[in-house]
Amino acid sequence: MTRGQLRKRVGKVATWLATFILMLVICLPGIYVVMTGFRPNREVLAKPAIWVPEVFNLDNFYKIFGVGGEQVAIPVTSYITNSLIIALTSTVIALLIGMSGGYAFARFRFKFKNGLFLGIMLSRTVPGIALSLPVFIIWSRLGLIDTKPGLIIVYVALNVPFTIWLIDGFFRQIPKEMSEAAQVDGCTRWQAFWKIEFPLAKSGIASAGIFAFLTSWNEYALASNLTRSTDSKTLPVGLMDFTAQFTIDWAGMSAMAVIIIIPALILTFLVQKHLIAGLTFGGVKG
Amino acid sequence: MFRRAKRFFHREQSTPYLLLMPAILTLMFVVLIPLIFSFYTSFTGYRLVKPESLYDWVGFRNYQRIFADGDFWAAFGRTVMFLTIALNLEFLFGLGIALLINRITWGQRGLRTIMMFPMMFSPILVGYQFKFIFNDNIGVLNNALQALGLSNGAIAWLVDEFLANFSILFAEIWMSTSVFAILLLAGLFAIPRDPLEAAKVDGCNSWQVFRHITLPFLMPFAFIAMTIRSLDVARAYDIVDVMTGGGPAGRTELLWTLIARVGYDNSRMGQANAMAYVSILLSIAFTYYFFKKLVAARKYMGGAE
Repeated sequence: MTRGQLRKRVGKVATWLATFILMLVICLPGIYVVMTGFRPNREVLAKPAIWVPEVFNLDNFYKIFGVGGEQVAIPVTSYITNSLIIALTSTVIALLIGMSGGYAFARFRFKFKNGLFLGIMLSRTVPGIALSLPVFIIWSRLGLIDTKPGLIIVYVALNVPFTIWLIDGFFRQIPKEMSEAAQVDGCTRWQAFWKIEFPLAKSGIASAGIFAFLTSWNEYALASNLTRSTDSKTLPVGLMDFTAQFTIDWAGMSAMAVIIIIPALILTFLVQKHLIAGLTFGGVKG
Repeated sequence: MFRRAKRFFHREQSTPYLLLMPAILTLMFVVLIPLIFSFYTSFTGYRLVKPESLYDWVGFRNYQRIFADGDFWAAFGRTVMFLTIALNLEFLFGLGIALLINRITWGQRGLRTIMMFPMMFSPILVGYQFKFIFNDNIGVLNNALQALGLSNGAIAWLVDEFLANFSILFAEIWMSTSVFAILLLAGLFAIPRDPLEAAKVDGCNSWQVFRHITLPFLMPFAFIAMTIRSLDVARAYDIVDVMTGGGPAGRTELLWTLIARVGYDNSRMGQANAMAYVSILLSIAFTYYFFKKLVAARKYMGGAE
């Protein structure tokens, strides 16, 4: 073997080793939490640690959902319903608003265009907790505290800027000439949009939707202050129910973590290709 | 009046404003008006338990107080430090990961997907996950260290000032490095081949190629990542809230957890809003800075084409 070949082979092995370590760091913490979700607390708390699980079952999930006459201590079912309703509704509304706004930025020239774009983006920079203070005061006067609509409105506003950014990018990739040709052939602008531009941008818009859904699904800072009871508490807020003053139900909390992670994993898998394209096109091609 | 408005909305030029109207109205209702209101509140001694104190105008007293407040400055300094370290390390790790994955041809798609998972995790889950791992009594890290005989006692990861801040930084970097990695990888894919080959023909070594061609080309992508990250840096609040709650004794207090404590736990809304304004200005400054850099880098690239 020549020196060049040897160097190449060492480089290859090093690359694979580094990748392996990287994947370990990314995956292990999550895998550990997921595994804990299927183990009983007494094994999690055991000293010295039990490395190979001896008991591995669905008991924690039965406890959460009250299967088989188990006492339900924390109303996780209603948290799931709340999370789904709030995240889905706010995503649909944010998409409609984002499509109309993104189309405006992609297809029109108008006064204050750059200023408006920057303004809309800057609205997203306000830290959730800083925004929550005045929203909390105003919402409590309007009677929106601890209601689903109250949280939905906030999430729509949270998602609109990023949705506009992404959708603007997707519309810009579609040549203007296509809809112009359709208009020459007798379509109205409205028809041209739905028949030409929307179908072409559909997958991009879908991934913007998935991103918005995940933002709402994962949000904590605002939800933890604007919700109080099972009427509107979402999963991330409900997760904290498992911590008492000095004790934490690790197994139960991990089981609930599994419930929160699953949609995130599935949706990430669906969205990954389009998200990268959307982020870079929206950002680089000015 | 009504007719004039009607005529305005029927003109072609007003279409974009009409299309943007829903977005603007929503943002006004949820962001702009509350922010104006909180700006007013920051000049009052408003306490949640005393509704009438909303009209109790105190001038600049809240601001004077926070500027004299040692806890506030400690949290402020810690937040700036936290952001600087986190963003720089995330950029470096992200660059490393992107270069690494770019070299792999087999199974790259799968690796890319896995790389995106932390980004999609709820910050509250990331916080919980690392609270569990770094737990001094039952955490897997201490268990592993003890089983390997590397430490005798339980290391108090979330109690010691240095270790607690390290643990939180670790969680934050674990969660957000992928934003950089993914965008820089997209940048690597988009690099035109010609300049790279021309440089090699001209006798540049691989470091020079990287330093003078690859890196400048990647910078706009790095600034997109920075801009996106500066939009959500305050998500660190979730992580800290779960892991340590800002404690013990304020050792891990960031600006955002301090605001929550003053506003909700002590119910001193006026004071909290004054602090919140400082944090908002900090965030806007961050975003504006990176956005300007992004626009400049974009212009530079446009000029080179």
